[in-house]
Amino acid sequence: MTNPKGRFGEFGGQYVPETLMNELIHLEQAYEHYKNDPEFVAELDDLMKNYAGRPSLLYEAKKMTADLGGAKIYLKREDLNHTGAHKINNCLGQVLLAKKMGKTRVIAETGAGQHGVATATVAALLDMECEIFMGELDCQRQKLNVYRMELLGAKVHHVKSGSMVLKDAVNEAMREWAGRVEDTHYVLGSVMGPHPFPTIVRDFQAVISKEAREQILEKEGKLPAAVIACVGGGSNAIGAFYHFIPDKEVRLIGCEAAGRGVDTSETAATIATGKMGVFHGMKSLFCQNEYGQIDKVYSISAGLDYPGIGPEHAYLNSIGRAQYVPVTDDEAVDAFEYLSRTEGIIPAVESAHAVAYARKLAPAMSRDQSIIICLSGRGDKDVASIAKYRGVEIDE
Amino acid sequence: MSKKIADAFKNGKAFIPFITAGDPSLEKTKEFVLAMEKAGADLVEIGIPFSDPIAEGVVIQEADLRSLEAGTTTDGVFEMVAELRKETDMPLVFMTYLNIVFYYGYEKFFSNCEKVGISGIIIPDMPYEEKGECEAIAAGHGVELVSMVAPTSEERIRMIASDAHGFLYVVSSMGVTGVRAEIRTDLDSMLKAIRQATDLPAAIGFGINTPEQAKKMSEIADGVIVGSAIVKLVAKYGENATPYIAEYVKSMKNAIR
Repeated sequence: MTNPKGRFGEFGGQYVPETLMNELIHLEQAYEHYKNDPEFVAELDDLMKNYAGRPSLLYEAKKMTADLGGAKIYLKREDLNHTGAHKINNCLGQVLLAKKMGKTRVIAETGAGQHGVATATVAALLDMECEIFMGELDCQRQKLNVYRMELLGAKVHHVKSGSMVLKDAVNEAMREWAGRVEDTHYVLGSVMGPHPFPTIVRDFQAVISKEAREQILEKEGKLPAAVIACVGGGSNAIGAFYHFIPDKEVRLIGCEAAGRGVDTSETAATIATGKMGVFHGMKSLFCQNEYGQIDKVYSISAGLDYPGIGPEHAYLNSIGRAQYVPVTDDEAVDAFEYLSRTEGIIPAVESAHAVAYARKLAPAMSRDQSIIICLSGRGDKDVASIAKYRGVEIDE
Repeated sequence: MSKKIADAFKNGKAFIPFITAGDPSLEKTKEFVLAMEKAGADLVEIGIPFSDPIAEGVVIQEADLRSLEAGTTTDGVFEMVAELRKETDMPLVFMTYLNIVFYYGYEKFFSNCEKVGISGIIIPDMPYEEKGECEAIAAGHGVELVSMVAPTSEERIRMIASDAHGFLYVVSSMGVTGVRAEIRTDLDSMLKAIRQATDLPAAIGFGINTPEQAKKMSEIADGVIVGSAIVKLVAKYGENATPYIAEYVKSMKNAIR
């Protein structure tokens, strides 16, 4: 019998060393208390509105709609949040919670650097010490974000263990946390890890679908036919899906990074290629070999190249409530350029995965239907790597 | 019939070395284990390597990677232990991460443990709350799940210790495995809480590397666990590490006699 606590079906759980167990229990208790505390809720609302710039727009992409000739396309503009991505929603919530818990220091992992930047930003605002763990290879690929975090007062650790990318950054952040829980909170950046993180991060990101549902009802007078979001760990996707889950008529579609294709070894599409396993504190699906060693994964998007997926997504997939589709580097880069030219909006290459799938889906749908794409972040950070993909060398 | 965990604690204080299987080769691991037994080890912890060992410091992380790069598999480790069993009946336990066991299949894994004479297992990422994963299956094959208590466990010690098997693994320090100059945790209080809850032996691990530290730990516990200091010798001397490991184990065992 597995422990029912923190489960989404059979997925989730708390698979961490004993050293961290009491801290996770304290975190859960603190979260259960503060999420209903009017003062905490008011403070967070104020930060979301007056610092992050919420609510984010639900923008009708008229040119894209006309071009695709099917369903009406709406973009949920998380790219317009302060720091340029949805990550700030979770960071504001968690760092504020950490402060209430009496912590004076936050640590976080980061892949492309977006979550690290968002954590460093909120830490600066709320006067917390901040240390970010980032794989050495990612540091080299995203030098601007490393400098940005340092500019915000954070210390960036270049992680040189393992394969030196996102999963290794998570390993190192967990090791650091196990060494120092007294004054430190680990701001996990996605809906992954041990309970209560998948729930806490989902709740802080659920503002995306809460707003989007109200906005679409106001504009269209009815629910969308589909909500599409990219999925790495899955935080923007769960945020975009959450308040639509009870609306059975709304299709929920997560777009995984297929990299060079799900039939190659250079992929990060966990639902398509992963198997059940236990890693980073959770039972979920992971890309792994025949002995359960975690695979190196690949995607053009540093934000999606994670070998696992959040347990709630694994669950939504298992019950058929959400569907997960692979999108290749090529398709994502095409969509990156397409949205830039069609709507004058440069999307994060992560979000471009969702745009790519919408381009396939919309033409097959009718004009009285609508699709919401979660535009999880802005693409300025990706310009140099897209140029490189197209054979143009730019000095960052 | 190979010996059980309890037998390791019958001759005074137990010295429990750890070694990563397959570093630099499974053949060498076998040789290291036999040399450690001869040098006075009472129980050996054999680590099945994992790509992402989140409770390990740099020394054991690197050993895991070296072993995996050398082609070590779970099946290979079972074969090595089966070979080892032709030469020794000393108690042996595995140390590995839950995904290795889960992915191999609990039934198949523990039935293989029974076949080759592995009497216990330490899974650092399976805390008390999650041991329902495989406790019954392991017990069905006579494999004891060794529970860990940490400096942060506090009131959890009673719950963990009163429901433990084999021995209690007392984590001496915060953080991950690795050599430490100083251990500051109030181990006396932890041991006191354990003694109140169980008669099982308790062994202290994490950070211990000198005979002086081992002696001090053995004064309050029933055994001392040492990993990184030994794995470091393998990193340094590779295939030629056997005499260095033997000498080290002897000095540690002598210190706690």
